[in-house]
Amino acid sequence: MSDQAPPVIEVEGLVTHYGRRKILDGVDLKMSAGEIRVIMGGSGSGKSTLLWHLLGLYKPTAGTIRLLDQDITQISAQEFQALRKELGVSFQGGALFTSMSVGENVALPLREHTELDENTIRIMSRLKLEVVNLGGFQDLMPSQLSGGMIKRAALARAIVMDPKLLFFDEPSAGLDPVVAAELDDLILQLRDAMRMSMVVVTHELDSAFKIADKITVLDQGKVLLTGTVEEVKSSKLERVQDLLNRRPRDVKVDAEEYLRRLTEEEYV
Amino acid sequence: MNGCEAREQGEYLIVAVSGEVDLSWSSEVRGAILDALGKNNAVLVELEQVSYIDSSGIAALVEGYQTAKSKGAKFGLVSISSAVKAVLELARLDQVFPIYADVQAAG
Amino acid sequence: MLEKAANAMSQGVLKTVSNFGYMGALLVESFYWILFGRRRGQPVKMAPLASQMVETGVQAIPIVMVLSFAIGVSLAIQTIYALKNFGAESQVILAIAIGVTREFGPLITGILVAGRTASALAARIGSMVVSQEVDALRVIGIMPVRYLVVPPLVALLIMVPTLTVLADAAAIFGGAVYSLPNLDVSLWAYLVASVDSLTAGDVLQGLAKSLVFGAIVALVGVSSGFNVKGGAEGVGRATTQSVVMAISWIVIADMIFTFFLNR
Repeated sequence: MSDQAPPVIEVEGLVTHYGRRKILDGVDLKMSAGEIRVIMGGSGSGKSTLLWHLLGLYKPTAGTIRLLDQDITQISAQEFQALRKELGVSFQGGALFTSMSVGENVALPLREHTELDENTIRIMSRLKLEVVNLGGFQDLMPSQLSGGMIKRAALARAIVMDPKLLFFDEPSAGLDPVVAAELDDLILQLRDAMRMSMVVVTHELDSAFKIADKITVLDQGKVLLTGTVEEVKSSKLERVQDLLNRRPRDVKVDAEEYLRRLTEEEYV
Repeated sequence: MNGCEAREQGEYLIVAVSGEVDLSWSSEVRGAILDALGKNNAVLVELEQVSYIDSSGIAALVEGYQTAKSKGAKFGLVSISSAVKAVLELARLDQVFPIYADVQAAG
Repeated sequence: MLEKAANAMSQGVLKTVSNFGYMGALLVESFYWILFGRRRGQPVKMAPLASQMVETGVQAIPIVMVLSFAIGVSLAIQTIYALKNFGAESQVILAIAIGVTREFGPLITGILVAGRTASALAARIGSMVVSQEVDALRVIGIMPVRYLVVPPLVALLIMVPTLTVLADAAAIFGGAVYSLPNLDVSLWAYLVASVDSLTAGDVLQGLAKSLVFGAIVALVGVSSGFNVKGGAEGVGRATTQSVVMAISWIVIADMIFTFFLNR
């Protein structure tokens, strides 16, 4: 929020490929502390790919990614390891470890990264379950939870280390509207109370408009627009309006490319 | 700026915490609270000067309250800052801890 | 046509080589974590290792013993049949003792463990890949190799040789049970003669093989799991494939080993 502080995320000229296909094509992104940034886009826009690269799960073809003022494409494995303690990630499907109870799942980052007293670990992890309204569920196994509960348990695990930067992949996908709205409120509370900065990838418009400070709209691997909710809503860009009004896109045909796709034996 | 100091006031031993309570030194806060409960039967934790508290800090308060309850000691939080209040509310712990505006209010 | 076949073959060779390289890298990284994990703040923990040892080793004891016993009996039948022509039935003791410790004990154990454990590892790790649990480990800052590969690898390196010793004993006992009526010696005398006919080299050769088989099962299992693509169906495919691959590598490694150790 203060302009002097370095941005928590700074992406410049990010280019990535999957095989020969270019997925991201020169993406720039800048996000300041305490901000909730929603990344929107249709399927195939590259929003998930962008998230995987922000998490350092893949190596980009070109470009730099700075998280909390460290370039994750340059730092050593050890430095990234230390940086990971400041990051939390809540995956779309939860990605809870099925062999562990909910409580063990939530406590795992603390056990791996800190030397805290076992009492403290227990209180901290149960506290986070309370925060996501799963108090008392620590002994259940992930297979015993409903979809909404899995999402909340995954969120508890993501925030158990009090990360400075939280990544949230499709928080409301597959949830009923009431649970989804609760999760949105929780996201706002977390930012205010815990001073977290957040990146939320979603295609749910209602949720995006409710929580976002700024929205970045991706389309075909490029940033179409970054702006406040109002700016996005009033944007004149056709693709943005298509997205907002859920209009199917009008695919333009590149004749030569199309022909190659149909005829080349090993088109990648 | 980070620190916790104990002082006596009336029947209470007051642990005044200040600064940003996070993982790096929250075990000191935990130690100070448990230590105070070892010495005195009425302990208040003053959180006026706390600008940030993470969940390891909250865990220290929870453990203190639990310890106090088990030995029948008085325990409470006084003059909590808005930063602390927000975190307590997030976990609904504001409905669990005895919270007083100041030491006088604790009686 | 021919060109296509050649193309497919070169693709196959390339895939095998890259698979081999991948497994080699997993092995090297595993040893890195075993040696330096503690210093890097990622120690290899004992509890998962112990549970893997139970799962892959202790629970396999009954089946390994029963099948080894059966192989011992079959071996005795065939050997006595063959030796009868020379009137040399008494040599059956030596033949079985050597055949079992140098060849059949390690091989049977390796194949059984491949069937039980390679598939289990591929299924477990494969489903973790599909559900993003492996990604979750990485973003939490837990190296997947240290957490998912080292425990089963070390467990198998310890348990496969241990199982092999038990298999050797069960097979020799099986051979004795069939041979006794034909040889007119006591069980005790048979077992003493078996042990006497073996050199340390015979047993060590078998154990060295079993160590390699253990590594093969672990590496094939986990690498099949990590390379799963395409959801639940992919996990099923990888599981089946891992068993076939592990057994194939074991049989080939066995041949290569036997060839070089007996020159």
